Amino acid sequence: MENAIDVNLAEIDNLIERKYRNNKEALVMILQDITGLYNYIPPQVLPHVARKLGVPPSKVFSVATFYKTFSLEPKGKNIVSVCTGTACHVRGAKNIMNSLYKDLKIKEGETTDDLMFTLESVRCMGCCASGPVIRVNKDTHGGLDQERIIPVINQYRDEKA
Amino acid sequence: MKKLKTKSELSALVEQIIGERDPNRTVISLCSGSGCSAYGTDRVKAALDEELATQGLANDVEVRLTGCHGFCEKGPVMVIRPAGIFYPQMSEEHVPEVVDKTIKHGEVVDRFLYTDPVSKKKIVYEHDIPFYRFQERVVFGNNGIIRPVNIRDYLAVGGYKAMAKALFDMSADDTINQIKASGLRGRGGGGFPTGIKWETCKRQRGEKYVICNADEGDPGAYMDRSLLEGNPHSVLEGMIIGAFAIGSNAGYIYVRNEYPLALENLEVAIAQAREMGFLGEDILGSGFDFDVLISRGGGAFVCGESTALMSSLEGNPGRPRAKYIHTVEKGFRDSPTNLNNVETWANVPVIINKGADWYAGIGTEKSKGTKIFSLVGKVVNTGLVEVPMGTSLRSIIYEIGGGIPRRKKFKAVQTGGPSGGCIPERLLDLPVDYERLTEAGSIMGSGGMIVMDERSCMVDLARYFVEFLVEESCGQCVPCREGLKRLLEVLTDICEGNGREEDLNLLEELSETLRDFSLCGLGKTAPNPVMSTLRYFREEYEAHIREKRCPAGVCKGLFYYEIDESLCNGCRLCALKCPSEAISGEKKKPHVIDQEKCIQCGICYERCKFDAVLIK
Repeated sequence: MENAIDVNLAEIDNLIERKYRNNKEALVMILQDITGLYNYIPPQVLPHVARKLGVPPSKVFSVATFYKTFSLEPKGKNIVSVCTGTACHVRGAKNIMNSLYKDLKIKEGETTDDLMFTLESVRCMGCCASGPVIRVNKDTHGGLDQERIIPVINQYRDEKA
Repeated sequence: MKKLKTKSELSALVEQIIGERDPNRTVISLCSGSGCSAYGTDRVKAALDEELATQGLANDVEVRLTGCHGFCEKGPVMVIRPAGIFYPQMSEEHVPEVVDKTIKHGEVVDRFLYTDPVSKKKIVYEHDIPFYRFQERVVFGNNGIIRPVNIRDYLAVGGYKAMAKALFDMSADDTINQIKASGLRGRGGGGFPTGIKWETCKRQRGEKYVICNADEGDPGAYMDRSLLEGNPHSVLEGMIIGAFAIGSNAGYIYVRNEYPLALENLEVAIAQAREMGFLGEDILGSGFDFDVLISRGGGAFVCGESTALMSSLEGNPGRPRAKYIHTVEKGFRDSPTNLNNVETWANVPVIINKGADWYAGIGTEKSKGTKIFSLVGKVVNTGLVEVPMGTSLRSIIYEIGGGIPRRKKFKAVQTGGPSGGCIPERLLDLPVDYERLTEAGSIMGSGGMIVMDERSCMVDLARYFVEFLVEESCGQCVPCREGLKRLLEVLTDICEGNGREEDLNLLEELSETLRDFSLCGLGKTAPNPVMSTLRYFREEYEAHIREKRCPAGVCKGLFYYEIDESLCNGCRLCALKCPSEAISGEKKKPHVIDQEKCIQCGICYERCKFDAVLIK
């Protein structure tokens, strides 16, 4: 794989043993923690997690591909999540998305070539009063429209420099 | 904190806490829910702390970061108690004046006050504001008063009293009978009587589990998040009482991973409850053991369905199963499991404290108590609203919600999330309870209420929900997996102007198949948005199909913008804002839109102060 990264398997073992005590039922949360470490699930860890927990690799793969929060592809440094919940939808989330398509030159679910931004949609983060809203990493930005969105994104672009 | 070993130790501690607190002390409550935080609560808090310290008031005034107050539209919200002075939309620049005038000299700063949009009058006190005045905040009321991560605050407002009452003064059967008599029904959407669920679960043998469903997935509904963020102990207390009644020693809370603050506060609350001895072995010396674990959801809407949630808890993909064997008999780990949602659990301590009769006195014949709604969309006062069951939609949307913003016309209100339906204007006087909403072709759901005005296209909305469900369908059963995709294709065709006359029958036929033959609740209720919009807004579908026209001006290509010469005064605002330079005209003379260049982004329509841009 082109973007294969080094994975610290000892760290993952440690996580599974110490934090989750080899509990098979914690698979979803283990994969979430791995996502927290690498921003995505490096596919090469899946067989390792399966062996460690004593479950079939097929099960780990099915869990890793079932839930929306998991990605087997690397994600950008900044995750831009556009809320497309109903309240944001009726207040024009589509326009925000279109602006971002143009500005970042990627579609939903894609990552920019420089790995700076990943564009995602989420269904409702419960900030309906300030809709349409987006979340960049952990910051929520509300009251946007197709123009106001641009400076918000630029803020994160500048941090690169 | 010392672990409490008896009921009297708890009473003594509560007395001590209340005794230590001066009811006349000035407390500044700042909302730190997700909504207000997005507007900058942290900056206001920092400014307040600094200003109070400079003025030497740090010891006399307490600044409290509380949970969500509900009035999200006006965040960050500040309430100064005991007087109850309400300052909306605070920012750090306002802080010095608030401290100097209101805190030091007791003067109200007029320009910071809330202005009622209807009467245009300034309102000083929180309880006089229409948004709050028409509510009955039985479950949600403490959110704006206590610090969510401070168990002493919760104890001071009567927290864990209901737990002690159930454990020491009531039997398990008494507790179940109280819940049954109260008429409490599941607040997650199904509306199943909670007491009967508990009773059935109690009758089963073997290890039992209680689960709190906090996988709040309905877009536009966030009351569960706000309860967990703002008052996590009330949910824990409800679960302890339920576990005691059913005879369970292990509980799980399944929380959406998208709710980081709720997770954080819940973790703190559980740790505090353990330290105090409200969770763990031999709770308050009663001999009853119970503990709770948190499980973070992976972001799948279908996991809100009980069997899918349990499958996910077991570390599997969240796929539902047929429910001919109920989860109260065989659920999590194939053991009897009682699952209720966050709001249902939070109702439990209230019922035990105040009694079933009191609770059953609120609401309608078959729907008792209050319900929290999230009032969102095209409404002036967006926020969380708690009202008695049976309150009319009109009262919720107009009296509490303040009506529709920007002089637009009300069109419909969508209740119940993706499984719900749209209710038109002529049914605005409908009393909101489980039965009436179902009769109207919608459902209560978890309490989302999305208000739509004339600029919302009902066909587009139906398409939106179906698109959502196509993504979220788990793919196990054919009607849901394939049926939804076909529904989406037909609806997309209609929205793009390629609809055919026979499509309406096809939509109905597909909807009925989905409703009757899907495996789980997701598929069975998936066609509701389509069926209800077809029922009440058929003419909009027909306009799309026959005239290739979108009356609401949403579906691209099926409408165009035009400037009304008699209304345009040539202010040039639209021409300056147009991203494709499609608007031309001389200053102070009517402008024209070049239809060739127009990309129908709608900026001109939104920006025009004279309503001169029309949708054709």
